[in-house]
Amino acid sequence: MRRVAGGAPWRGLLPVLAGVALVAGVAQALDVNGQLENPVLQARYEHVTQQLRCLVCQDESIADSDAELAAELRGEVREMLLAGKSNAAIYAYMKARYGEFVLYDPPVDGKTVFIWGAPFALLLIGAGVVYRVVRARSRLPLDDEPTSGRS
Amino acid sequence: MWKFLLPVAAFSGLVVLFAFGLNPHRDIHALPSPLIGKPAPQFTLTDVLDANRTVSNRSLRGHVYVFNVWATWCGACREEHATLLAIARQKIVPILGLDWNDRRDRAQEWLKELGDPYQSVGFDSQGRVAIDWGVYGAPETYLVDRRGRVLFKHIAPMTMAVWNKEFLPRIAAARRGGA
Repeated sequence: MRRVAGGAPWRGLLPVLAGVALVAGVAQALDVNGQLENPVLQARYEHVTQQLRCLVCQDESIADSDAELAAELRGEVREMLLAGKSNAAIYAYMKARYGEFVLYDPPVDGKTVFIWGAPFALLLIGAGVVYRVVRARSRLPLDDEPTSGRS
Repeated sequence: MWKFLLPVAAFSGLVVLFAFGLNPHRDIHALPSPLIGKPAPQFTLTDVLDANRTVSNRSLRGHVYVFNVWATWCGACREEHATLLAIARQKIVPILGLDWNDRRDRAQEWLKELGDPYQSVGFDSQGRVAIDWGVYGAPETYLVDRRGRVLFKHIAPMTMAVWNKEFLPRIAAARRGGA
């Protein structure tokens, strides 16, 4: 009796294992062509497809999306990698067709400088506010303020 | 002075931001095409009506033409089809079609049933030509000038209002300008 009871915990694990197998199956199904033979290319493939936005479901990368267009674009990435294209060439190819929006990591230029600069601008404004509040609360005459706090 | 001015400035900034961001007429999924002003990608595909014939936009060089991307799986394409037929009847510019990621038999049935507004339709079963044009949904409608440059892209079903407001003036200007 004891031995049977000892074997029982494995039974509880079976559904879990089945679930893991199912999820793994789905994850693999996304890439119908399987992995690239060259592990370096496979790593680049995974990186590049994570960096490109799926345009149909605009909150997913083409690596995560199961939209038909995403699958086709993954196919393009795969072919370009196999043809020896650089990551930059692939990004340029996608940008020329779908615009900057397709890149999750857009370059800093005239149009995106606001997005990239906004956090720093807000940080500066916040620092300015803190500085003024602290200075007001210190109730010291202006003349006695150390000058180093201000640029 | 600052105590008064700063909140006013901040509020004005927010008003401008929201006026743009919450504008109900702005389609947040519509992306500006990087192709505008650039040469239209050239393609040669089989004719959707006859697999032995080819369709190419090269033959339309020297003409202003409309390029319409559609598919039988696309509900909005059915919606715009009557408008395309009406535009074709005006005989102002030819409409070149691209049947995207579709089945040939279904597309042929569609054109027989609903009418055929196209000069010809390229059959893009692999979606390769669509990728070159930056297509990410159907329907999409482009305007190409005589020199083969993309003048305009409309995302969403074509309507007479869009045709009259966005396409006709651009066609007229392209012809006047010799482009």
